[in-house]
Amino acid sequence: MIYEPSVSAAVIFFLFVGITLGISFWLGRKATDSKGYFAAHGQIPWFVNGVAFAGDYLSAASFLGICGMIAFYGYDGFLYSIGYLAGWIVALFVIAEPMKKLGKFTFADALDAKFNSPGIKLAAGISTLAVSIFYLIPQMVGAGVLVQPLLGFPHWAGVVIVGVTVILIVVTAGMVSTTWVQFIKGTLLVIFSAILTLMLLAQGFQTATGGNDKYSFRTFGPMSEELDEEAIARQLNATVVAPDGGWAKTQVRGYVRFQDNETGRISTWSYRSNKAADIAEGADVFLDEAQTVGSDAARNVLVNGEIKGKEKGEPELHPVGHISKLPGGVDKTGPVGPLSFFSTLQESEIVLWGNQKVKEADGTTTTVYFQKPTPGSRVLRPGEHPKFKGIRSDNFIGKLNFLSLMLALFCGTASLPHILIRYYTVKDAAAARKSTIVGIGTIGFFYVLTLYMGLGAMTSGGMDVTDSNMAAPLLARSMNEWLFAIISAIAFTTVLGTVSGLILASAGAVTHDLMSSYFNIKMDDHQKVRVAKIASVVVGTIAIGLGILFEGMNVSYLVGWAFSVAASANLPSLVMILFWKGVTKQGVITAVVVGMVSSLGWILCSADSMEKVFGMSASDALVPFGQPGIVTIPLGFITLVTVSLLTRKPEKSVAV
Amino acid sequence: MQTRNTRMGIILFAVYLVLYGGFVLINTFSPESMEATPIAGINVAILYGFGLIVAAFIMALLYGFLCDSDDGEASSTEDDQ
Repeated sequence: MIYEPSVSAAVIFFLFVGITLGISFWLGRKATDSKGYFAAHGQIPWFVNGVAFAGDYLSAASFLGICGMIAFYGYDGFLYSIGYLAGWIVALFVIAEPMKKLGKFTFADALDAKFNSPGIKLAAGISTLAVSIFYLIPQMVGAGVLVQPLLGFPHWAGVVIVGVTVILIVVTAGMVSTTWVQFIKGTLLVIFSAILTLMLLAQGFQTATGGNDKYSFRTFGPMSEELDEEAIARQLNATVVAPDGGWAKTQVRGYVRFQDNETGRISTWSYRSNKAADIAEGADVFLDEAQTVGSDAARNVLVNGEIKGKEKGEPELHPVGHISKLPGGVDKTGPVGPLSFFSTLQESEIVLWGNQKVKEADGTTTTVYFQKPTPGSRVLRPGEHPKFKGIRSDNFIGKLNFLSLMLALFCGTASLPHILIRYYTVKDAAAARKSTIVGIGTIGFFYVLTLYMGLGAMTSGGMDVTDSNMAAPLLARSMNEWLFAIISAIAFTTVLGTVSGLILASAGAVTHDLMSSYFNIKMDDHQKVRVAKIASVVVGTIAIGLGILFEGMNVSYLVGWAFSVAASANLPSLVMILFWKGVTKQGVITAVVVGMVSSLGWILCSADSMEKVFGMSASDALVPFGQPGIVTIPLGFITLVTVSLLTRKPEKSVAV
Repeated sequence: MQTRNTRMGIILFAVYLVLYGGFVLINTFSPESMEATPIAGINVAILYGFGLIVAAFIMALLYGFLCDSDDGEASSTEDDQ
């Protein structure tokens, strides 16, 4: 799609971002010593800290990724919401209070409180860095996504803008100001999501034949006799293009291409009810107009057979997302209630879009986006997303992948370093507990809204078929340009806030765990803060690079990986130290290292990485499924217990 | 560190684990059950999902209410290295 920036939207956007940053600088001006920089002097009020928890947690992944996944595939995206929230239960009931009692500034401090071993600090510091960087990727990808439709900049520009702004925030401010940024942004995010949801309910549903550019997608059929492509071609004043090259091999799904007799433009159509073979068997067959994105010999981007334009009115992909049938055959429902929202959709038929790549011998590919009219009852059930399809098959590996993801989400929250450091910004355990409860309330409410917003986006007629991450802002845009600007600004500050928190966590890890504890470099407070700031710049730069590399992957899926690494590396040690006296420092070190290396290794060897990162075929994957959690989390626990038992005696030995 | 608050946390955690585990296992091994529409035309997947979110909040409140306000131990925020 072509994204035309609007001046009013851009003004609101910069105003919002500017005010948030202004407040952050103003509040952060006093944080000059290391205690203020890393832990906000332990003086943040619990309510503010609780909403800031929500601010930290409701990252680009929640807002953009979950809404996008729901908008494209239905209920499956909501599984992430459920898993992310459930993780807070682990954080509150098991980790929160002991953490607060043990630690000082970082997760490594907490692990090491009993042993005072530089080795533990080293391992935990590295794992903090690894998890933070992994978690930074989806945030940066999200940033690129946001800037594109709003300001018309390319993806990489968005990533660079966020990266630079965040580095500025972190370098000039520290924990006090990031906390306030998170508080303001958390509040705004929830309020405006609620407004958006209310507007959706007030608007209700209506049927359509296409997206909100008023283009109506054509369908021929049903044709129970032999489908006559030539007759359709005559109707369209076009000729059938012979299925050559990559198109001939596309037997998975049948396509027909017609070349317009006047313009020479090629349009692509997809058979529905399945494969071309069904025609012979007399099944009802439809031919639907599809959309394509590809390139020609001169490397021009082609959309629907024409060179993609640069301004409105020129060739571009049509926005999508419509309901083809409503219950009772009505065209419009009028306002719906929060429950009838679902019961209406349950009985409707919604046109979703699938996609398939057609590869030519010369290396060019065309992606075909085809219509998939889907009953609402299927949209609202789990197992429609390709990643979750496994639960509907008899294949045990697919089921295991799902279990693995849900386990990682459950265990991951409590082990995320940037969430853990927030426990040090309040004054005592009771305040830590209260802020977690406020956090759970805020986050839970927001997650309930994600299902409404996602399904609303699905039927809004404003979706970009090529990028699921764009769903929430585009939904807002389909309602109102101002709302779109505000929502985008909030989402953008969301990214800013989360990224600052992560970079701060990494900087803390480098300064405390690596420099002062492991390499034993003596630093006074000001030097520590300076080292942390340098570390922030380095980590920020790495994040910018990765954000550009991973464009186009659904950010929720990426976050799922970050959770797996966090849960595998950090959770075993954290839990065992709190509940088992027999833990030794060697046990902690090996468990952190084994958990981190095994989960990272697993992810790098998975089919997704092979395909999207290394550009190889998915069948080259060395591991049977994508999500490592179900293997590597228990592995971390086993390692810790085994090594601890083996090294139990020399408890008082000299540190490494 | 077996204080009253810790015990309470573990018990509530176990309860939630059963709720969440049940949800995940039904999704995995009997996804069809999630499609039934027992109440107001809304399917089990949505009802159970919303239920889990609401339950998390209620249990968090319950925990906050039942915990001793001060666990008898001061926190260690004074110690700087």
